[in-house]
Amino acid sequence: MNMSVQLKSGRNELFTDPDPDKAREFFRHKSRAMKSKLSTPEEVVKTMVNDGDYIAIGGFGANRIPTAIVHEIARQKKKNLGFAGHTATHDFQILVGGECIDRCDIAYIIGLEARGLSPNARRAVQDGKIKLTEWTNATLSWRLKAAAMGLSFMPARNILGTSTFEYSAAKEIECPFTGKKFAAYPALYPDFAAIHVHECDIYGNCHVYGASVSDQDLAKAAKRVVITTEKLIHTDKIRQNPEGTFIPFWCVDAVIEVPYGSYPGNMPYEYFSDEAHIKEWLTAEKDPEEFKKFYNKQIYGTKNFNEYLELNGGIEKIKKLRAQELLLDLGNGGKK
Amino acid sequence: MADYNTMELMICIAARNLEDGATVVVGTGAPCAAAMLSQKTKSPNLCIMFEAGGVAPILPSMPISVGDSRTFHKAIMASSMPEIMETCQRGMVDYTFLGGAQIDMYGNINSTMIGDNHAKPKVRFPGSGGANDLASLCWRTMMMTPQDSKRFTEKCDFITSPGYLQGGNSRYEAGLPLGTGPYRIITNMAIMGFDDETKRMKVVSINPGYSRKDVQDNCGFELLWADKISDTDPPHADELRILREEVDPYRYVIGR
Repeated sequence: MNMSVQLKSGRNELFTDPDPDKAREFFRHKSRAMKSKLSTPEEVVKTMVNDGDYIAIGGFGANRIPTAIVHEIARQKKKNLGFAGHTATHDFQILVGGECIDRCDIAYIIGLEARGLSPNARRAVQDGKIKLTEWTNATLSWRLKAAAMGLSFMPARNILGTSTFEYSAAKEIECPFTGKKFAAYPALYPDFAAIHVHECDIYGNCHVYGASVSDQDLAKAAKRVVITTEKLIHTDKIRQNPEGTFIPFWCVDAVIEVPYGSYPGNMPYEYFSDEAHIKEWLTAEKDPEEFKKFYNKQIYGTKNFNEYLELNGGIEKIKKLRAQELLLDLGNGGKK
Repeated sequence: MADYNTMELMICIAARNLEDGATVVVGTGAPCAAAMLSQKTKSPNLCIMFEAGGVAPILPSMPISVGDSRTFHKAIMASSMPEIMETCQRGMVDYTFLGGAQIDMYGNINSTMIGDNHAKPKVRFPGSGGANDLASLCWRTMMMTPQDSKRFTEKCDFITSPGYLQGGNSRYEAGLPLGTGPYRIITNMAIMGFDDETKRMKVVSINPGYSRKDVQDNCGFELLWADKISDTDPPHADELRILREEVDPYRYVIGR
């Protein structure tokens, strides 16, 4: 290819520093100790999330999400957060409802996939309340992967030639071997990440089942990581199957046991998403006043995740969602 | 007219374009329905993939999210987003389907915003998600969409996902992989491909009940026409039966 043409750069803001030596300096001082990291959402958000931090949420919008942490960030009214909008759906909806975010790397925001769009998140974005830099799902995955590798960028072959590139902070580069044009994506080292897993020991060694999205790279890329887990397990169970360790302890700063902790999201092999409740969010959001009341009741009006789960049907609801997830026919008891 | 609706027509046509043994990344809704129908009719060994990591699931029902547990139900692999996207980048994925608010004559698609101020858009949509990635990296991109002169526009307000960019060789010159790009646009009125040289949208077939004039009148740019325009073969009874009874019995997609 003729490379005499000028290489282009995306024009929007890069919200995080991709410098790998600064990252190394941080990771140099991160604890490698195998010590108990048990904590609570209140404590974790108080001590690990600062106003202005750049945060990322594991899972996939409304699948395997750390709901307790997202709620707690809103309850503690954290402000001016940067956010990795990596197919962010219900998580984004909660954080925008609490007016926690002021800048966002976008792959996918304001939508809830087949469920439709979040009216409140859409209003916030259309009113210009959140600074936006465009990316894509693969691009954000690879930005995290670059950070997980301890690099400053990752080359790839998507987004070239589009407005998505123009409004990103990517740069075109020439491959030193083939002369071909690639996009270079700056490594993304979030200040804080929360990931929900199926099981984990008190040190943060995790098992995850089902599609893993970008969570292994996210756990390595983020400076501070909290794991919420459906249940705690003994380390013996990790040692019996070391090839199954999804995230190792040295990535993890805090561990919180939160049964049903992805609710109202889907938790693979455990419970399906609560579509009726997610629809309540979308309906309430149509009217800003109505949504304020709804949000007050659901988030500020509940002390913690258990109260929120109780408010929306508690264990009985989970039993129905479990039947749905496992495709069980419970007869009348299984009716929605 | 035969007894089928527009969505059923588009899904049946799309399903016929997926051959046995191919790989396809789909989203929720119509693309997933088309892939499922194809599997149950002509292409039992079609490998269906989802961008969050699901590979070759036995879908018990239509997923709500491309990352929900249905997308890896009894699957060959529950992998990751980088795994799927890197498989696309390696050239192992044949097809994908995209949607959008606007499409231009080169098959460029907008799913980001309407307006001219990116910081304060008139209307904001979710953005690329995986759309740009799949449009960039899969061999052939298809779209199913109702057709009107607003959606089929002279110029997209924002090019979220690349078609043939400015036409000709511009897609490759921009750095996108050689030999990739839009393949079929399936609308309620017609089926379009793209001209080999100019890369402009070109009608290849007209659906039952529509005329050449309908197709052009409902398009915001000048369409090219294949030398021989065929009549689209309407959905067959067995396709419709399987679509209605097995693929989408609750009419989530075909009831729209």
